[in-house]
Amino acid sequence: MPPEGPATARSLGGPADGPAYVQADRYELLVNGTRRTVEDAWLGESLLYVLRERLGLPGSKNACEQGECGSCSVLLDSVVVCACLVLGVDAIGSQVETVEGLSADGDVAEIQAGLVDAGGVQCGFCTPGFVVAVHDLLRRTPLADEMAVREALSGNLCRCTGYGRILEAVRRVQRSRAVSDDSDGSDGGTGDGE
Amino acid sequence: MRAARVALPTTVEEAVEALTEAPGAQLLAGGTDFCVEVNFGLRRPPAVVALRRVQELRRYEVTPASVVIGAGTTYADMGGTELSAVLPALAAAARTVGSPQIRNSGTLGGNIATASPAGDTLPLLAALDARVTLRGPAGERTLPLGEIVTGVKTTSIAPDEVVVEVVVERRTGPQQFLKVGTRNAMVIAIASAAVVVDLEAHEVRVGLGSVAPVPVRATEAEMHIGDAIDWRATGGPRASAAALARFGELVGQAASPITDHRSTAEYRRHAVQVIARRALERCVVRAA
Repeated sequence: MPPEGPATARSLGGPADGPAYVQADRYELLVNGTRRTVEDAWLGESLLYVLRERLGLPGSKNACEQGECGSCSVLLDSVVVCACLVLGVDAIGSQVETVEGLSADGDVAEIQAGLVDAGGVQCGFCTPGFVVAVHDLLRRTPLADEMAVREALSGNLCRCTGYGRILEAVRRVQRSRAVSDDSDGSDGGTGDGE
Repeated sequence: MRAARVALPTTVEEAVEALTEAPGAQLLAGGTDFCVEVNFGLRRPPAVVALRRVQELRRYEVTPASVVIGAGTTYADMGGTELSAVLPALAAAARTVGSPQIRNSGTLGGNIATASPAGDTLPLLAALDARVTLRGPAGERTLPLGEIVTGVKTTSIAPDEVVVEVVVERRTGPQQFLKVGTRNAMVIAIASAAVVVDLEAHEVRVGLGSVAPVPVRATEAEMHIGDAIDWRATGGPRASAAALARFGELVGQAASPITDHRSTAEYRRHAVQVIARRALERCVVRAA
C-alpha cells in the first residue's frame, strides 16, 4: 500500500521554510496504530533509533545498522523493511508495525511459541526480527515451501542456532495452521488477512 | 543553528523545487545505501528530500517496442511484476540484491544514482543501452546510461536533478544474469554479467558489473559470438564450444578489474569470463 501524503507532516513541526519542507526535529508517527510524537529529533536518526530511543519500543534490535542482519525488521505500510535503513522522518504518514504491536495483537503468538518450542531461541537477540519476517512470509504465503522460507529469512542472521531450529519452528507453525484450517474451516489463522 | 529539514514531496515537480530551494539537500530513495552512510557518521545532510511518496516514480510501462521503468520501482517490483516476463535478466538481478527487506526498499533510480560498480541492475541496463531521464529546474533531459555513470560512485546527475525513469528497447529472446559472491543472499557482487540474446536482430548483448569503474559492454565478445552463432539451427541458436570459449576470452579482455578487499583483479577477470559464458550457454544450444 502506498504511503499517504505528507499532510500529517505539514500540520506539525512548526513553520516550514517552503511549501515542501518541514522541520525534522518534531514530528508525529503512527506506530502500532497509535499516534506518537517524536521530539528533539535529528534529521539523520533512523526509524530504528526513533523507535528504541525516543518512543520506548526496544523490541526491534539494533545490531548492524546497515541492513545486513534483519534484527530491526518492522512493517512499514505492511511491507517488511529494516528499520535501520528508514529515516525516522521518512516514516511520517506511514503505518509502522513493530514486534511489540504484533505481539500485543496476538498476531505472532504462534510464531513466538513455535520458536521457543523448536529451540529456535538461544541468545534471543535475532528473535524479534525473525518473528516479524516469519509473520510477513506466512501471511503472504502460508504454504511457503522450504526454499521460499529460506529465501524469506535470508536477510535475518542468527549466530546461535544454525537456523535448523528456526526453520523447524516455521514448519511447526505451518503444520498447526493447516490443521486448524482443516478443523474449523474458517478462522484458520493463516495470517491477518492483509 | 537552524534545525535540519526534510521535504516529503508527492510529485517530481515538488521534489525538484525542494532541491532547488535548499542547496546541499540530499535525495533519499530506498535508503539502503544512504542510511548506512548516515548511520555510520559518513554523512550529515543539512536537508533531505525523500522520494518515497512520489507515486509517479513508482510505475512501469510495457509497450511493443520498449519498457519504461520508473525510478522508484523497487527490486521487489522488478522481480514480482510483469517486468519479470519482459526483462527476465533484470528480475534475476533484482532477486540477487540483498534480502527481502532490502528488495522492498531499494529502487532502480537509487541503484543508478549511487553508481556503485557493483550495482546489480547496471550490467543489464548497459547491455540494453538504457536511456535515463532526469528532471531538473530547466526541464527533462535523457542520456544513455554510459553518460550518467561516469566513474566509481560518480554521475553526471546535477544536484538539483531527480532520476525519473529508464527506457530500454524490448528484445525478443532469452536473457540471463549471473553474479559471483560469497553467498547467495546479502552479497555484493565480485563479478556479474548480463547476457541478452536477440532472436530477431541476431545479436548478443553483454553487460558486465564489478569488473571496471563503470558497467561495461563487452562489444568485441558480442560481435564475435553474434557472427559465430548459427541463428537458424533447429532447436534454437547454436554455438560451438570453441566459439563459446573465445567469447569468454573476449569478455575477460573487456574487463578492467581491480584488487580490493572483496577480491583480486585476477579472480574477477576469470570469474566474469566463466559467468558470462555460462549465462550465454543457458541462452543458446551448445554444439558438440
